[in-house]
Amino acid sequence: MRFIFKTSYQQDIRLAKHGGHLFWYGLLVLGLLAAPGLLPEYWLAQLTFVLIYGIAGLGLMLLAGFTGQFSLGHAAFLGVGAYTQALLTTMGWPFLLSLSCAALLSAAVGIVVGLPALRVKGIYLAIATLAFGFIVEEIFARWESVTGGNKGIFLQPPQIMGYAFESSEAFYFLCLVIAIVCTLAILNLLRAPTGRAFVAIRDSEISAQSMGIHLAYYKTLSFALSAALAGIAGALYGHKLQFITPEQFDIVQSIDLLLMIVIGGLGSVHGAFLGAMFLIFMPQLISLSKDWLPDSIGQSPGLQTFVYGAVLIVFVMFEPLGIYGRWIKVRAWLQLFPFYRRGMFRRQKSFQKSERLR
Amino acid sequence: MQFVQLLISGVAQGCIYGLIALGFVLIYKATEIVSFAQGEFMMVGAFIGVAAMSWLGFPFWLAVIAAMLAMGLLGLLLERVVIRPVLGQPAFSIVMLTIGIGYLLRGLVTMIPGMGTETHTLDVPYKDATLQWGSLVVGAEQIAVILTTVLLCALLFAMFRYTRLGVAMQAASQNQLAAYYMGIPVQRINGMVWALAGMVAAIAGLLLAPITFVHANMGFIGLKAFPAAVVGGFGSLPGAIVGGLVIGSIESLSGFYLPEGFKDVAAYVVVLIMLMVRPNGLFGERLVKKV
Repeated sequence: MRFIFKTSYQQDIRLAKHGGHLFWYGLLVLGLLAAPGLLPEYWLAQLTFVLIYGIAGLGLMLLAGFTGQFSLGHAAFLGVGAYTQALLTTMGWPFLLSLSCAALLSAAVGIVVGLPALRVKGIYLAIATLAFGFIVEEIFARWESVTGGNKGIFLQPPQIMGYAFESSEAFYFLCLVIAIVCTLAILNLLRAPTGRAFVAIRDSEISAQSMGIHLAYYKTLSFALSAALAGIAGALYGHKLQFITPEQFDIVQSIDLLLMIVIGGLGSVHGAFLGAMFLIFMPQLISLSKDWLPDSIGQSPGLQTFVYGAVLIVFVMFEPLGIYGRWIKVRAWLQLFPFYRRGMFRRQKSFQKSERLR
Repeated sequence: MQFVQLLISGVAQGCIYGLIALGFVLIYKATEIVSFAQGEFMMVGAFIGVAAMSWLGFPFWLAVIAAMLAMGLLGLLLERVVIRPVLGQPAFSIVMLTIGIGYLLRGLVTMIPGMGTETHTLDVPYKDATLQWGSLVVGAEQIAVILTTVLLCALLFAMFRYTRLGVAMQAASQNQLAAYYMGIPVQRINGMVWALAGMVAAIAGLLLAPITFVHANMGFIGLKAFPAAVVGGFGSLPGAIVGGLVIGSIESLSGFYLPEGFKDVAAYVVVLIMLMVRPNGLFGERLVKKV
């Protein structure tokens, strides 16, 4: 058991709370750097997808987990990023410039969505973003002169300073660097006043407002940042698949993203990546389990949907903090070993609070 | 004539949206939960109808009753097992839970061997019949949809107005705490509301079956019912039907008069405009929150 006595505010907001953090996260980064040498090609590709979805998850986590604004149309931002990247790189723009443009354009679209969304909240916001997602998907499918319609559009491998990231190792490193940069950016944002304002808005809009937080500004900012991250992830996603069609950015993708952060653990940066791992590796686990199941169940396309639904229900019912919440409990158990008590993390029973007033 | 023709098919489609939206609104009013599983409820109801007719050889009207009873039980069961333990958690967790229920039901239906992955037709007695007035041709399916919706609305109205259960549901949906103090078993009422929503969804599924087909992904039509509920005003029962009619008619008309592609998004454009102009919908009451 480690006790950290905090004696200053600086200490409270430090990124690495103690040496252990530096050690373990350093080890994680080393492991990720060594991954191309250790893993076969297929698993490396899966790991790249984990990083890409992790970046998108970070964005949605910022919006949903930290600002409390749920978006059911987040795949649209992913799509805006991917299509921008596809168009700019075919026009011969350098990778970093086009990636910034993809992020900026997604952020701009995010602001366009965020502004009207200021009027509505809760479930109405979810429905508004759902509507927005459908409209954007339809635009991708219909604006054939630009997006290629349902035929899709091809992407070239990214190029920086004349070096093309053609091999999957090179692209993996590119994604890794971008994912680390994004994670550090979000971590820093969260300990800055902006991030604290986001959390304040999530916990109570009224008290946040009374503390002098400009609701409209911060909500829009949250939408913009979240959309920008989704745009970056979309651009990388497009490069990884090298071919994008409108169906990849539909409502199912949006729900998958939400499912990912809820299962990973709402309101934690770890949760975004844990959720991404769940989303990518679950189908693999299911296909492994097919050998033990009878054919009529194992070969059915419904198995994956069923497992996703079941896992989601189990998590919301028994572990609302997701995989990361479970890890916190395991860690507490390890740290307190003989003294852990069952009721430690029991939620206080709260009865239904109504937003209605009649 | 063309316009009237379009309007009738729009109204028929809108009745389906309205019935699904009715399910949301029932659940939302009673428990303040937005159920994303309503479209899947409808799909399961339609599948039970198909199974009852093709496997058990039930006649049509018996299959309808069987589907309604089964969906009522499913609603009751889901409320008891899954929803009740999580009441009091943040609203969005519960929304995710209903999305999970939707996934679960869709997966389960797809996993039924030899049935889940296929497209089925429901042999209704009024199949392929048409009515004709001058140049106006109306399918019997559409008339069945409209008539059943009208009948169902009347029944629901009578239930909420004249039966003890209906009045108790109204009371519980207006103020749960006060209803509880008045001796209304609020939790059991909530279960009843879920059962009622399941029955309405089963009817919607069986009405939709002759128009489209029965398949595992037909539940996605439930996403079109959100615009209906919002346009009518979330939490207003007549609003749900009116919203459905508005969405259905706009969709049908825009499919004909506007360029291709507008039909699929018309509902969502309408809901975005509605949320910007009048977030409470046509019939929604304005809620003022005091601090």
